Amino acid sequence: MAETVEPKKFAATKVMKEIMDRYFNRLMGPGSEGKKIAYCTSVGPAELLYALGFEVYFPENYGAMLGSSRTATDMIPLANARGYSPDICSYLTSDIGSYLKGEGPFRKMGFSGPPKADVLVYNTNQCRDVKDWFEFYGREWKVPCVGIHTPRAIGDADEVIIGTVSRQIEALVKPLETVAGERLDMDRFREVITLSRTCTELWNGVLQTAANIPAPLSFFDGTIHMGPAVVLRGTQDAVDYYKVLLPELRKRIAEGVGAVDGEKYRIYWEGMPIWGKLKNLAVQFIELKTAVVASTYCNSWIFEDLDPDKPFEGMARAYTNLFICRDDQWKEEYIRRMIRTFKIDGILYHNAKTCPNNSNSSYSMPQRLQEKTGKPFVIIDGDLNDLRCYSEEQSRTNIEAFIEQLSQ
Amino acid sequence: MEYFGGIDIGSSTAKLVIVDTAGRIVAKALRRSGIDYGKTAEELRAAVCASAGIDRSAFGRIISTGYGRDNVPWADGKMTEIACHGKGAFFLFRRRMTVIDIGAQDSKVIHLDDTGRRTGFKMNRKCAAGTGAFIEEVAHKLALDRAELNGLAERSTRKVELGSFCTVFAATEVIEKIRAGVAVEDIVRGAFSSVAKRIVEMDAVDGMLVTTGGVVAHNPFLAKMLGEAFSTEAFIAPDAQYMGAFGAALLAGETG
Repeated sequence: MAETVEPKKFAATKVMKEIMDRYFNRLMGPGSEGKKIAYCTSVGPAELLYALGFEVYFPENYGAMLGSSRTATDMIPLANARGYSPDICSYLTSDIGSYLKGEGPFRKMGFSGPPKADVLVYNTNQCRDVKDWFEFYGREWKVPCVGIHTPRAIGDADEVIIGTVSRQIEALVKPLETVAGERLDMDRFREVITLSRTCTELWNGVLQTAANIPAPLSFFDGTIHMGPAVVLRGTQDAVDYYKVLLPELRKRIAEGVGAVDGEKYRIYWEGMPIWGKLKNLAVQFIELKTAVVASTYCNSWIFEDLDPDKPFEGMARAYTNLFICRDDQWKEEYIRRMIRTFKIDGILYHNAKTCPNNSNSSYSMPQRLQEKTGKPFVIIDGDLNDLRCYSEEQSRTNIEAFIEQLSQ
Repeated sequence: MEYFGGIDIGSSTAKLVIVDTAGRIVAKALRRSGIDYGKTAEELRAAVCASAGIDRSAFGRIISTGYGRDNVPWADGKMTEIACHGKGAFFLFRRRMTVIDIGAQDSKVIHLDDTGRRTGFKMNRKCAAGTGAFIEEVAHKLALDRAELNGLAERSTRKVELGSFCTVFAATEVIEKIRAGVAVEDIVRGAFSSVAKRIVEMDAVDGMLVTTGGVVAHNPFLAKMLGEAFSTEAFIAPDAQYMGAFGAALLAGETG
């Protein structure tokens, strides 16, 4: 029987923790009173909010914390009882449940709870649930809830679509200025976009290191280290962090150190992480000498279209050129590129029960891609946060059997 | 003589099979898996040794499989049920095939090419529909012994549909049928049909259809219905309930 193994740690994690602690303190710590807080969806217009001087809070990040701490399933029933169905986004239900219960990971960190919003800003590029989620707080606190309605299942992101989204972002400026109490300084806006673009390039650099054999980091590492790229993009802190992490990865490559010792197989993870089972899954893959080297999820915070010279249009392109709001043909092409870049042996699709938008195994894509690429796949049923939808034993067997199949 | 062992600790029953170097079954034993898998494994080992008249030192390698595959401390290695059922079925039929294993807690569809290489597989979702657990639930609702089910289904003359995806809701449908005075044999056949439909939804069949597992071993009529649902003949593997353990024993012989 295999000995218990531990995922390898990164020295940079200490720096990330300091940066994230500072971020949370700015939002909720001493001296945060009186600051203007904007809630933002994870692929929402963060750059505009930072440029207007808001402290920007991302409920999805907190949702992931509820998932990782395996407290989500204590919270979800409270939201269910208020009419938020067990079938909808479990970030939404666990976050609203946590609000209703008055408990959650921030309490344990010494904060009174998530900060109260002055304004809530969404982009429906990922799903409708984010809008419904933010509107709950809009009603609760009687604060404005504004956003961008991005088309979905987009094939060609043409000028009509980009123009529409760009004008919607621009239209947010006035209501946001009213809440912020200040005018948008275009120079500051361009600076923030430049910082966000730099963060993207560095984060992309981090993820690309996994194209190396052996891969110096895994998908499971990526889900942890992506924190700054999500919540601090547009700030110097995020840029500084990836300037620390990237050399550590390059050092691993130079020394031939992989995230998985004796790496034999390389897997692509399609779909959301299963936050409450990250460690278990990371360990299982290490035991199977298999590196999960790339994912749609971690790559979704790469925004190469950000352009300080065309701030609104660049943001529109960046936040529309997302995997999640594209059609299946576009998604297939994307995954085929990933298979080539990261030298993938097989694909794991996580069929997340409460996130159909992030589950791409339901419209026969796995079968089509297997036919076109010859790469086998496995589908595991689970969820991002709601572990009631996950069978550990069944998933273990599925994954183990898949690696057996690759080893034939 | 050298022997190889395969032990399959399933969610309901545990099986141990001993094969010789030619892959012939020398001894086999079955127990309820119970709550102490290690103890059950010990009992099975003692039983096959007694049955075959061999000492445990005569064993070559032993491979464990099934839900309890990590709980057999003396196993030399482990493989999933998917690998083992595929291995056992291919050894017996040796052609391109789809193996459908219906177990107590899960069902698996396993595709093998004409060399026995696995080309794909599917397990049921996190749901008891299409598994032995569903059949047990229906038997419980109808106050029947599981051993009676196959004979009853065979005698059915009327098609009854249990349409729900969910085992709990399907059981509610059973209650509705009882209330409506539907004959018990028709309800049992409806339950078998429901299992077949849930499996048809999982995946397609390529090549020969071979069924394995305890459910078809005890209910051959269900395998027949499964074949009808796939519009092909469904073969029941010999020693179908032992197929996981048999495949594990064959794999033990190969890797020894």
